[in-house]
Amino acid sequence: MDALVPLLVVVPFGAAFILVALANLPGLARRRAEGGESAGDLASAPGPRRHRVLSLLACAAVLANFIIALALLRADIGHIYVGGWGDEKSALGIELVCDGLAKLMVVIINMVALVSIIFSWSYMRRFTKVWLFEALFLLMTGAMNGVVLAGDLFNMYVFLEIAAISSYALVAFGCEAEELEAAFKYLILGTVGSAFILVGVTILYSLTGHLNMAKVHELLPAVGQTSPAVLLAAAALLGGLALKAAMVPFHAWLPDAHPSAPAPISAMLSGVLIKAAGIYALARIVFNVLGPTTEYAAILMALGVVSMVVGMFLALGQQDFKRLLAYSSISQAGYIVLAFGVAAHLLATGGDRNIAGLCIFGGLFHLFNHAAFKSLLFLSSGSIEQQTGTRMLKEMGGLTRRMPVTSFCCRIGALSIAGVPPLNGFFSKLIIIIGLALAGQLVLAAIAAGVAVGTLLMYVKVQRYALEGEPSGAAANAREAPAMMCVGLVLLAVVCVVAGLALLPLRDVVFGPAEDVLLGAAGKLTGGLTP
Amino acid sequence: MKQHHGMTSIVKNTARLVSGFIAVFGLYVALTGHLAPGGGFAGGVILAASGVLIVLAFGRRFSAKVITDRAVHIADAAGAGVFLLVALLGFLAGAFFANFIPTGEPHHLKSGGAIPISNLAIFVKVGAGLLGAFMALSAFRLTSKESKT
Repeated sequence: MDALVPLLVVVPFGAAFILVALANLPGLARRRAEGGESAGDLASAPGPRRHRVLSLLACAAVLANFIIALALLRADIGHIYVGGWGDEKSALGIELVCDGLAKLMVVIINMVALVSIIFSWSYMRRFTKVWLFEALFLLMTGAMNGVVLAGDLFNMYVFLEIAAISSYALVAFGCEAEELEAAFKYLILGTVGSAFILVGVTILYSLTGHLNMAKVHELLPAVGQTSPAVLLAAAALLGGLALKAAMVPFHAWLPDAHPSAPAPISAMLSGVLIKAAGIYALARIVFNVLGPTTEYAAILMALGVVSMVVGMFLALGQQDFKRLLAYSSISQAGYIVLAFGVAAHLLATGGDRNIAGLCIFGGLFHLFNHAAFKSLLFLSSGSIEQQTGTRMLKEMGGLTRRMPVTSFCCRIGALSIAGVPPLNGFFSKLIIIIGLALAGQLVLAAIAAGVAVGTLLMYVKVQRYALEGEPSGAAANAREAPAMMCVGLVLLAVVCVVAGLALLPLRDVVFGPAEDVLLGAAGKLTGGLTP
Repeated sequence: MKQHHGMTSIVKNTARLVSGFIAVFGLYVALTGHLAPGGGFAGGVILAASGVLIVLAFGRRFSAKVITDRAVHIADAAGAGVFLLVALLGFLAGAFFANFIPTGEPHHLKSGGAIPISNLAIFVKVGAGLLGAFMALSAFRLTSKESKT
């Protein structure tokens, strides 16, 4: 089973390279148009049949990845050293860590990737150079898998950069002025964030002489948890990663970047990229590398609460469907970070570990759920935009009759994120709020409950304007989206319903081990083995 | 418009003479990457520099015929693909990226097992990638200039 772990990165990367080569091979590419420079672009555009073969290859690669991720879920995996160079004592080689948390994350990443690539089968047809989209998509997926599997800080940084750079290109994929501007903003802010992360990694390396996360965690107490250098490194890392996770006040790029991308990419960015590159990395660094202290916990809680509240208020005022979803991502990501922050506080102050575990479970479950319903909502916004030609809520209307499948799935997603029982969003928010209350943070629990009400309001507005009422001008001619797009939507809607009902079995199999990884770090080292 | 047809013939001839040597030096740096400072990345950058010299001397219009988009894409993907393949073949020796070829005697060109192959793959990948990026930037400049006139 150990041999399967590197494949999670290798398969999408390899497929991306093969795709680029196939799309450009002379025999396969369309014959060069008559003379001149302008043929440059056309020459590398494969014909429609090649398109389908290439898309099939991309789908197959992502499907293979998803199957590998599921297969790893119950597997017992030890230390994996790339090239067999390292050993457990020296920890000098590159280590891949496939513990409970990483397993959960790869399942989430590849699930959303699979649905997005199925959706893009029909959705991307109106763009040129679809093979380029697919290659970048695969690079981003593989890089996110790399982020969660990396056992050392530098490799995590490298994969973060690969995922980020391919996402910059994907945001700009439409090449309209608005998209280029959003991508440029995202590029600049993202690079600033990456630079801070690199500075943090460098300081930790110079202090401990190691990059391996477990080893750094082991050696940090000797340096002193509160020495100025460690605090500087922590500040750089937390700032950089909070920017990647789009926590308020580091959120300015997200409301531009996420709506500008093509819908499947919006789903990937909001559904998994801010989680794999932001929240996951933040949790790993705080819990497993630096070790939770009250200061870090306070920072996480503050970021979480502010993002939750500010994100909700900004979303409430939006008329643009995709922008509303983007702001709501900030707000929902705040829930997850808040839950982690409270858990870190409990661990740092020696509180009840079971309650800390409950908070982490709530956070991780919400992370999973948010990946499912936010991707679902972004994808349905994509199919609505494709059919009606507008993103403005007020110009839609009456879509229930025009697009029954899309509307039904959109409604499931909206109800889930609004926290209506028995859908999954209700349970994760409930667990987080109960966890906060049990931890003694009654004010925070009340704020979380209040934001849940605000979220409900915001999605009632979506349903009122987009789905109910009389069809407006733009919606009058709308028809149901193509079959492949509906398949993607239905798959995610099923996940939303089932995850809510299968809460307890899921906790035993998937979330329990992931919870232990974050909990365990307070007492002992968890560099990959969860005994 | 004049600059798109390249620089004077002095520059063109010099560039034609020198660029081959630069490319060979890049290959040398990549080939001896396991013995001396340098390696695939450094070699690839030098290779791309020889291409950049050609583009600067002869102008974009001429060089786009020699260095096509498609060739750059294929070389780029092939380099990355071969690197990945070498990494995967490591499973023959038991682990991802393990060195599956006998390493030979130190300080000889024929040593290091799979490392020289990886270096050559990186050489092609980096050379094609950098040159492609440069060509893309130069194409952007051309259109923006033309739209003004």
